[in-house]
Amino acid sequence: MPDLNTIWFILVGVLFTGYAILDGFDLGVGALHLFARSDEERRVFLNAIGPVWDGNEVWLVTGGGALFAAFPRVYATAFSGFYLAFMLLLVALIFRAVAIEFRSKQPMRWWRRMWDVAFAGGSVASAFLIGVTMGNIAWGVPLDARGEFAGTFLGLLRPYPLLLGVTTVALFAMHGAIYLVMKTEGELHDRVRRWINPTIIAFILCYVVFTLATLLYVPHITAAIKQEPWFFGVVVLAVLAIANIPRAVTHGWDFQAFLSSCAAMACLMALFGLGMYPHLLFSHPQPEYSLTIYNAASSQKTLGIMLTIALLGLPIVLAYTVSIYWIFRGKVKLDRMSY
Amino acid sequence: MDDVLWLSRLQFAFTIAFHYIYPPLSIGLGVALVILEGLWLKTRNPLYHQLARFWTKVFALTFAMGVATGIVMEFEFGTNWATYSRYVGDVFGSALAAEGIFAFFLESGFLAVLLFGWDRVGPKTHFFATCMVALGAHFSAIWIVVANSWQQTPAGYHIVGEGLHARAEITDFWAMVFNPSSMDRLIHTLGGAWLAGATLVASVGAYYVLRNRHLPFARASVKLGIALGLGVALLQLATGHHSAQIVAQHQPAKLAAFEGLYDTRTHAPLALLGWVDEKNENFRFNVEIPGLLSWLIHGDVAKPVTGLRDFKPADRPPVNFVFQTYHAMIAVGTGLIALLGLGAFYWWRGTLFDRRWYLWLVVLAVLGPQIANQAGWWSAEVGRQPWIVYGLLRTADGLSAVVRAETVLTSLVLFTLVYALLFALFVYLLNDKIHHGPDDADLTPTGKHALPARQP
Ligand code: HDD
Ligand code: HEM
Ligand code: HEM
Repeated sequence: MPDLNTIWFILVGVLFTGYAILDGFDLGVGALHLFARSDEERRVFLNAIGPVWDGNEVWLVTGGGALFAAFPRVYATAFSGFYLAFMLLLVALIFRAVAIEFRSKQPMRWWRRMWDVAFAGGSVASAFLIGVTMGNIAWGVPLDARGEFAGTFLGLLRPYPLLLGVTTVALFAMHGAIYLVMKTEGELHDRVRRWINPTIIAFILCYVVFTLATLLYVPHITAAIKQEPWFFGVVVLAVLAIANIPRAVTHGWDFQAFLSSCAAMACLMALFGLGMYPHLLFSHPQPEYSLTIYNAASSQKTLGIMLTIALLGLPIVLAYTVSIYWIFRGKVKLDRMSY
Repeated sequence: MDDVLWLSRLQFAFTIAFHYIYPPLSIGLGVALVILEGLWLKTRNPLYHQLARFWTKVFALTFAMGVATGIVMEFEFGTNWATYSRYVGDVFGSALAAEGIFAFFLESGFLAVLLFGWDRVGPKTHFFATCMVALGAHFSAIWIVVANSWQQTPAGYHIVGEGLHARAEITDFWAMVFNPSSMDRLIHTLGGAWLAGATLVASVGAYYVLRNRHLPFARASVKLGIALGLGVALLQLATGHHSAQIVAQHQPAKLAAFEGLYDTRTHAPLALLGWVDEKNENFRFNVEIPGLLSWLIHGDVAKPVTGLRDFKPADRPPVNFVFQTYHAMIAVGTGLIALLGLGAFYWWRGTLFDRRWYLWLVVLAVLGPQIANQAGWWSAEVGRQPWIVYGLLRTADGLSAVVRAETVLTSLVLFTLVYALLFALFVYLLNDKIHHGPDDADLTPTGKHALPARQP
């Protein structure tokens, strides 16, 4: 039986993984939005994510809340340390959210153009900043003896995190394209289908470079993976899942392609978690100041109470999330209530 | 450090005040939607279907704004108040996590069915979704107000560690949740939200009556708004009164600031108006009712109420500001009771729709609860100063150690610009929606909501 700290490490990981998978396709649809040609096509895109994007974003909100609750020192250090980056992320998320709601409320061309750009820009910027943040967490950030961030904003923009930022945009674009294939029909469907391969290639190229960089420059992650050889099993799973996507797409098994993409993302997040464990914020260059699941956690009592809350809440959440995806399954049809 | 403190306070105040324009509308409209859709299912009168559809669209708009601005709040605890976050994480985090799991998921999940499901699911399922969205909105209020109330009147915790490393840990979860002020403040906050919804419905209705448009729709809206609003306005008086008693007991410096009371005294008067001269510790231009404050708080005029001089100047909140916002809230509250009471009287006499000046007042009434909600929070939160956690942690000690003034200034300017733009767009779209009015097509429900064809 793992201890409560480990359970919460996993749960926070599950929440952020849920976020990456679910909001990942929303952000990906946003990244592809400007490639849609007509007004109607763009409305189809928006309505493909219309009923679900808000619920997907809640995974981020809840993940943040869970991080605050379970590991307050990490929440405090990371959020104050990444101040400007997070403010930009907020602005990007705000514009994306209101763009979805506002765009189709007025018929003017300039109005719709403006929100199309806001939606696409907000989505790409969010995906990129999320990737950069993850990259910094993997690479490690300078912390001082109090466990406070000791770096600068520009220091966060090193090549390695920036590379993960780009990789994330590519990954989400691929995921979004696969989602759109499920949701569209006719000529648009065929066109979207042709976007999948380029995005996969872009993602794989980025990811290979990123992995090499990790192996060469991020010893603490590589060390963790070397210690437990079965981690390579996860790598193999991720590769298989990604390889299955083009196969499924050619056969027209759109849903299977989507599931593969989800599985690949889950594997990648799991690898990230396995590489980090038990660190939450790795201190670089002074590893002894790192924040771990033990020195940054709330009391055992709080972790226990929250576990009860999570065990009560999560099954219900999953149940109705699934039912809502079920109710809105199938191709997008525009009607009076659509965006 | 001082600049960081001021800028961070300003930024937090500005962003939360902006966020708090929308949640009361969503919570209040949520209740209105449940009522309207319930009536539709019960009576099968297509008018209610039309009403529900119209308000659903307005709801979607306020909801989107609430979501977009709410995420900012969740980040800001960490970005600007890192030391505070470490201090309260153990206690406060559980409430935020519970909010995510129980409230936001519920709300956002069923919102999909509420907005897009009209023709996809049966009427009963749709009604269920509407109820869940309203319930979710109320849940989010519960957890966040509990967390905030814990800062006002901490309970169920102990302090571990010292100096920089001190932090609060939970000892008793339920004592934390049911801390002395949480239930009163929760009901009072929810009441404020219901009033915001009720007056919005009434105000739009009154506007249509005045313009002679959509008359059946408009009349039903005005009546619904007045009935709901009057009940809730009276509730606000009762719960507010009870809150004040709790404040007197647990945060005496705040209560003294509410009333501009410097000397501890028996037969303390209730101030109706006035201006506090903080430099000379003097209360001027005051209109007071003798003895009433002592009586309201203790039920006995001969009992003493603590004044501000019993606190070191460093432990006092800004007095005049708190006094004015507090009295603005009460003025609006009593004003609304009078206005809606008069409306109920005219309704009973059957002359409600004959008086144009009255209907114009109802149109304006939509601003009342917005003002009172903001003023109430300002007085509760500024009255809590200089403490970020009452009696335990000072606001100045709760900041992020690593964030510099220029950085906060940058984000503050950024938010000011973005929010100004958003607010202008929100008002524009809301106005557009109201001018467009309810869709006549909604008088013939379609899909699974369609009415059975009438037998000849
Ligand atoms: C659970 C926490 C929480 C909740 C639910 C609220 N606040 Fe608050 N508020 C804080 C936590 C907080 C805080 C983080 O503790 C602040 C920042 C600085 C301070 O002293 O308290 C604060 C400050 C603060 C200030 C500035 C006071 C000052 O610096 O003088 C204002 C005007 C508000 N809040 C207004 C609101 C409004 C309109 C809310 C309703 C939606 C609200 N607060 C809910
Ligand atoms: C500092 C305190 C607060 C924080 C951190 C906060 C956080 C949030 C967040 C993250 C969201 C978006 C959730 C989503 O994506 O669906 C949100 C929306 C919402 N919040 Fe707040 N909030 C605060 C204050 C309040 C208060 C005091 C209330 C009610 C009394 C409230 C009620 C709501 C409601 C009802 C929503 C749903 C959107 C809407 O209806 O506008 N919030 N809040
Ligand atoms: C008419 C008589 C009213 C009285 C006597 C009253 C009393 C109070 C008191 C004493 C507080 C401070 C509680 C604290 O600091 O812990 C408060 C806060 C507040 N009031 Fe009122 N109030 C009244 C009307 C209203 C109305 C009409 C509204 C809104 C429509 C409103 C909205 C609020 C809000 C949002 C808060 C902040 C949350 C809280 O602290 O509960 N109040 N009120």
